[in-house]
Amino acid sequence: MSHNGYITEEAIAGEDGPLAGKTVAVKDNISTEGVRTTCGSAMLEEYVPPYDATVVDNLLDAGATIPGKTNMDEFGMGTTTETSAFGPVENPAAPGHVPGGSSGGSAAVVAAGDADLALGTDTGGSVRCPAAFCGVVGIKPTYGLVSRYGLIAYANSLEQIGPIAPSVEEAAELLEVIAGPDERDATTHDARDHGTDYEYAPAADGDVDGLEIGVPTELLDGAEDTVVEQFWAAIEELEAQGASYHEVSLPSLEHAVEAYYVIAMSEASSNLARFDGVRYGKSGGYDGNWNDSFAKSREEGFGEEVKRRVLLGTYALSAGYQDKYYKKAQDARAWVQQDFDEAFEDADVLASPTMPITPFEMGESLDDPLKMYLADANTTPVNLANLPAISVPVGDDSELPVGLQIVGPSFGEKQIIRAGSALA
Amino acid sequence: MSDYDVGPDEVEHIAELARVELDEAERTLFAEQFGDILSYFETLDEVPETEREPELTNVMRPDEQRECLSQEEALQNAPETEDGQFKGPRVS
Repeated sequence: MSHNGYITEEAIAGEDGPLAGKTVAVKDNISTEGVRTTCGSAMLEEYVPPYDATVVDNLLDAGATIPGKTNMDEFGMGTTTETSAFGPVENPAAPGHVPGGSSGGSAAVVAAGDADLALGTDTGGSVRCPAAFCGVVGIKPTYGLVSRYGLIAYANSLEQIGPIAPSVEEAAELLEVIAGPDERDATTHDARDHGTDYEYAPAADGDVDGLEIGVPTELLDGAEDTVVEQFWAAIEELEAQGASYHEVSLPSLEHAVEAYYVIAMSEASSNLARFDGVRYGKSGGYDGNWNDSFAKSREEGFGEEVKRRVLLGTYALSAGYQDKYYKKAQDARAWVQQDFDEAFEDADVLASPTMPITPFEMGESLDDPLKMYLADANTTPVNLANLPAISVPVGDDSELPVGLQIVGPSFGEKQIIRAGSALA
Repeated sequence: MSDYDVGPDEVEHIAELARVELDEAERTLFAEQFGDILSYFETLDEVPETEREPELTNVMRPDEQRECLSQEEALQNAPETEDGQFKGPRVS
């Protein structure tokens, strides 16, 4: 049974190294030299990158084989992998349901065993959401830990490439391979300048004795009962292993989703301006006024959700509305960062359900974009604050998987890996 | 549900700014949805003005010639080229 997890199945063999013998599927917004990279969009249906993303170089140098490019929401814009121009992905762990998004193909091929590991990208939860919905592990690294060179941008200030794997230890091993500063991405940092190093796999030792967990109450408020029950059961499991928890209030989180969408859409409207059908992308072959020709190519090349976000972003940045939307969203972003900083004064990590809901049925959220956006309530704050987070599968419902999100302080990848490894 | 009014004409204006042509059905649909979405974004009004710490610093490298894509590689995805250059729409 195919879950439509791949857009292109074309193997790229690596050298030799720690990932020798492993297959690592790569999301189709990450450039692979000579293998088409579509971003799940008709606009880039025939686009073949002339160079590799830095993370792809890293994978091949480490000996991994890339079995193919995975399906995704168009340009990463979605929470269900249903906005792909190449058809929706079905959740192998919950048939009839969406795999989450936007890295739904990456999570699905790992959950189905079609690839050992995968790379996704996380702008507002796009690694953690599909990991949670498909019952696998996903890590969104600290902003700047992993190079974005060769990642086709959606919202530069928010996104990071991250690993998806069956277990925390395997996700940590993959993170070791892709993390590190890159002169081709000026936003990368060297973790060693931030009091840590890149030895992530040894941190997956499951030792949570003495760990203090903060539980932001705002991230439980809107969650479904079944999700909340399974969340607390997981916290009890951590307590039984020596961790303790306290509840904490982060009032700024109430505004994270709207701040996230204003910022992401604004950045998207600028980033996607490059797709004009002249240098690359779909050209309708129109002549005449350039603006009209481009508008026609973009009408044909972009799907509905992409148009919606490009238009809303254009609106938020247009004269007279910038202060009202974009500037307020930046205030909210700074407020979220402050709230997290304060919460980490009394906690080693913070925990919440990754998603406030169990996976949508296929087609359920397509007609209601706002409903889909609100599902990102628990994941978007982490991107706004540039922090690392992991989603690990928890709970006892084998039909509808639930994920636990563990958020760490900046460059605290080891803390979240250690805490997560006590559960998966 | 929404008291925020974005009509099809305003959607059309934004679409022009964004260089995306829309058909009639999309204009109507987006006008409907934008009202709901924008009134949700309105809740940002409740956010207090917050001091932002500048996190970005300029990162410079020496301005030296380096290996880069060849002209052929840079042009390989262009739908149309002429004399080693991108070819845009013909202005009639």
